[in-house]
Amino acid sequence: MAPVAPRSGDAIFANIEHVNCSWTVQNAELFTLTYGAIVRQLLTDLEEVDEVNKQLDQMGYNIGIRLIDEFLAKSNVSSCVDFRETAEVIAKVGLKMFIGVTASVTNWNAEGTCCSIVLEDNPLVDFVELPDTYQGLHYCNILSGVIRGALDMVSMKAEVTWLRDALRGDDVFELQVKLLKQVPEEYPYKDDE
Amino acid sequence: MVREVSESCVDSLMTEMVACYCNRFYANKPELAARRIEAIGYQVGQQLSERYTMERPRFGDHLEAIKFICKDFWSEVFKKQIDNLKTNHRGTFVLQDNKFPWLARMSVDPSTDNVSSVEDYSAPTAESKAAQAMSMHLYFPCGIIRGALSNLGIPCAVSADISSLPACSFVVRIKA
Repeated sequence: MAPVAPRSGDAIFANIEHVNCSWTVQNAELFTLTYGAIVRQLLTDLEEVDEVNKQLDQMGYNIGIRLIDEFLAKSNVSSCVDFRETAEVIAKVGLKMFIGVTASVTNWNAEGTCCSIVLEDNPLVDFVELPDTYQGLHYCNILSGVIRGALDMVSMKAEVTWLRDALRGDDVFELQVKLLKQVPEEYPYKDDE
Repeated sequence: MVREVSESCVDSLMTEMVACYCNRFYANKPELAARRIEAIGYQVGQQLSERYTMERPRFGDHLEAIKFICKDFWSEVFKKQIDNLKTNHRGTFVLQDNKFPWLARMSVDPSTDNVSSVEDYSAPTAESKAAQAMSMHLYFPCGIIRGALSNLGIPCAVSADISSLPACSFVVRIKA
């Protein structure tokens, strides 16, 4: 049930494929295994699952604020008119460009400020099983940070939380993205360090 | 079907990991940060080498294993092979990559300001900071090589040599 928007995510995506031939890809295994090693090392060094969740989110945030530049430069999408379009672009273009999977956008609230991004496929969790002792771990928390950071850079303050996590027994990964505030260009931007 | 992600994903992840360990966790203890980064590389190297040698018989000797690293392994990970391999036939190998992809994106400023010959360690020059940042990043591939060889039954020590940029050499010393 695609939302009626000025341009649907699929239309944007179809256009991208055509324009974008300089996008370099590589074998996902290195990415997946590196991420896994990082999470394992963080667990060893920080010990507390909550701390690790926080660090993953922070790392994601730092990556997101830079990745958005690359995304905007390489994807040729023009400004999104509203948050609905933004969410579609993240799910259909952004995620596809970077991690090679598309997600779907569902569960819009009445005001159009809150939705769910659902990933059925997620390269981060290839080969991964979560042992019982780490059930509190949001293994893919880096993704929520990336989205939050990217949105921040285009003047949207959002809250990104996990609703469903396939590593914890659910059948898909579901991220809730809630738009808190749309801030017109704010200078200077406070660095999160 | 080989799954693919964008190159910038791995780059960003690596850069952020190094920044995280160097600036947040072990801000004033670069040796500890280095060890963690190398340890992460070690895990990755072990797993990758396991996957890439699944179908093969064991390697006959150290040289064959090193050649595997230089050719097949390097191609899988970096889409190119090692450009030059040297050995002293006594357990030391030097793997030279003339255009190491992970360094290609780092700017090396041949700063002419480095005329001042006063070695002031309390105020690291911009150049030495850049060199230090670069070597931090290189602990990761060193760990990958060490992990890969360790998985093939070859314990060793791996270090990086950036004295002749843009070429980067990995020195492998096999433990007897």
